[in-house]
Amino acid sequence: MTAQIELQGIGRVFHLGDSVVHALAGVDLRIEPGEYISVMGPSGSGKSTLLNVLGLLDRPDAGRYLLEGRDVTTLSADEQARVRSRRIGFVFQSFHLVPRLTAAENIALPMVLAGLQSRERDARVRQALDGFGLAERAEHRPDQLSGGQRQRVAIARATIMQPALLLADEPTGNLDRATGDEVVRLLEQLNADGVTLLVVTHDAALGARARRCLRMEDGAIRHDQRQDAASHAHD
Amino acid sequence: MRTTDLLAFAVGAARGNRVRTALLMLAMAIGVAAVVTLTALGDGARRYVVREFSAIGSNLVIVLPGRTETGGINPGSFVSSTPRDLTVDDARSLQRAPAVQRVAPLTVGTSELAAGGKLREGMVVGSTAELIEVRQFRMAQGQFLPREDWNRGSQLMIIGAKLRAELFPNEAALGRFVRVGDRRFRVIGVLESTGSGLGMNTDELAIVPVSVAQAMFNTNTLFRILVEARNRDAIEPAKRQVTQILQQRHDGEQDVTVITQDAMLATFDKLLRTLTLGVAGIAAISLAVAGILVMNVMLVSVAQRRSEIGLLKALGASGGTIRGAFLVEAALLSSMGALFGYALGLAGAALIRALYPVFPAYPPDWAVLAGLGTALFTGVLFGVWPARNAARLDPVTALARR
Repeated sequence: MTAQIELQGIGRVFHLGDSVVHALAGVDLRIEPGEYISVMGPSGSGKSTLLNVLGLLDRPDAGRYLLEGRDVTTLSADEQARVRSRRIGFVFQSFHLVPRLTAAENIALPMVLAGLQSRERDARVRQALDGFGLAERAEHRPDQLSGGQRQRVAIARATIMQPALLLADEPTGNLDRATGDEVVRLLEQLNADGVTLLVVTHDAALGARARRCLRMEDGAIRHDQRQDAASHAHD
Repeated sequence: MRTTDLLAFAVGAARGNRVRTALLMLAMAIGVAAVVTLTALGDGARRYVVREFSAIGSNLVIVLPGRTETGGINPGSFVSSTPRDLTVDDARSLQRAPAVQRVAPLTVGTSELAAGGKLREGMVVGSTAELIEVRQFRMAQGQFLPREDWNRGSQLMIIGAKLRAELFPNEAALGRFVRVGDRRFRVIGVLESTGSGLGMNTDELAIVPVSVAQAMFNTNTLFRILVEARNRDAIEPAKRQVTQILQQRHDGEQDVTVITQDAMLATFDKLLRTLTLGVAGIAAISLAVAGILVMNVMLVSVAQRRSEIGLLKALGASGGTIRGAFLVEAALLSSMGALFGYALGLAGAALIRALYPVFPAYPPDWAVLAGLGTALFTGVLFGVWPARNAARLDPVTALARR
């Protein structure tokens, strides 16, 4: 069976003035469909760069990235955009909702960009609003929503195209503990439904919930630890 | 992305920042309004002049003393070099040209007109009975100069409507006397009010027989000879014959200028069209400025919306989609501004017409089309660079900024 994601010797170098920073150095990683992975590590360890490379937002300088068996490192920018549109969902720490659009419009945005029929869009948005408990908030703009609601809108948006891979960068970083837990449970529920979930976080408690924990330092994966999900699922 | 979605997205983005949108549209509107109003002025001037020329009579050939163009060497060149004046005899001789219907000599001077203790400076025109037909005057009261010997005119006068109102405000003018210098003229007719024509306001004219006027101004020359051709087709033959006759009379020297109304009209028409075009060009500069403003504002907009652009890319928007979104927004703002400016320009032209009813200030169609077209073109053209910038934004750095 082909892995969902296979990174082979991925390297990413940034030039800051005279100094050269190896954000990623020879990263090898294999992710099977449906995995729940946390990526932890100190600032500058390359977590975000790894996430960006996985999400096709950033191009590696070295190595190969196979997504569902297909080499995506050599794709053109527009082909990568198509892959992002269909296969990958992003959840950001600061939500990144478009302020002038309502919750429903924000959720529909990926489908608008993908050129879906508006009838299809409306049906999916309604379903998502109901599913994420946002039905009452459909016509509210982001500044009229609470932090937890905003992140739920963002997650609804990230999953509306039914991606196979969900990438979350500090999804609870801007939320209080209770709302953060709620968001995490939501993400875990999506994972339970089959979506591969990769969470980048500083939060040890959040990181420990994942079935597989990656620990990064200096652009390399230092620890790759699998644990029994059952012991952490309900604490 | 579907076209309707693209439009809706651009409208949403434009409405998202109302001040920016309003300013941009205003700039574009001022540009288009300037083009529309200024060309309305220019074209209005052209129409005004054309109409004025048409008002001085049709099939008209005008003879001026002196030569304004080089005619090569002829026998006369060796005999004399000073142009001969036009005389009443010259005018009379033109009557025998076959293509000529009527001839009216014209001599002009300014003098003080006095009647009933009122004094007024006025333009006195000396002519003959033929002038009424040649210039197509109409009488309000009385009659025009009688047909009589061109060299022995009576002391009679025809006055314009305004002159009548000023000299005889409360009484009948017919039969009254007007004093010019040491001569007394009996008023036998009043011209119908027509407004101006060819720089001479006929409402302010006093017309007397040509011989009397010449005696009064102590001259035997003419200011112009007005010749009416038999019909429109006879204008050119008339011009040729008139030139020929006068050349013979002036010892073979071509020392007069013969112009036709059509030629003058064409010249003025061309001149004022060029003027309008020039004015439109100047106004177009403001459109170019508006276009640069569009670019500036769109560049700022791209900078302000970096994180939104990054997000769109993360959500799967291709570079083409983002470029399209920004281009459509620029085109939308430009065209809305242009339409707004068009309305503004029409209002400006209407205002000019309301203030000066004689001035037909309508913008020509070509200027309207060119103005709107240029606005849209510059808007899109100057939107290309910002749109490309937006499409090229690196999503990682764009998203990192909050």
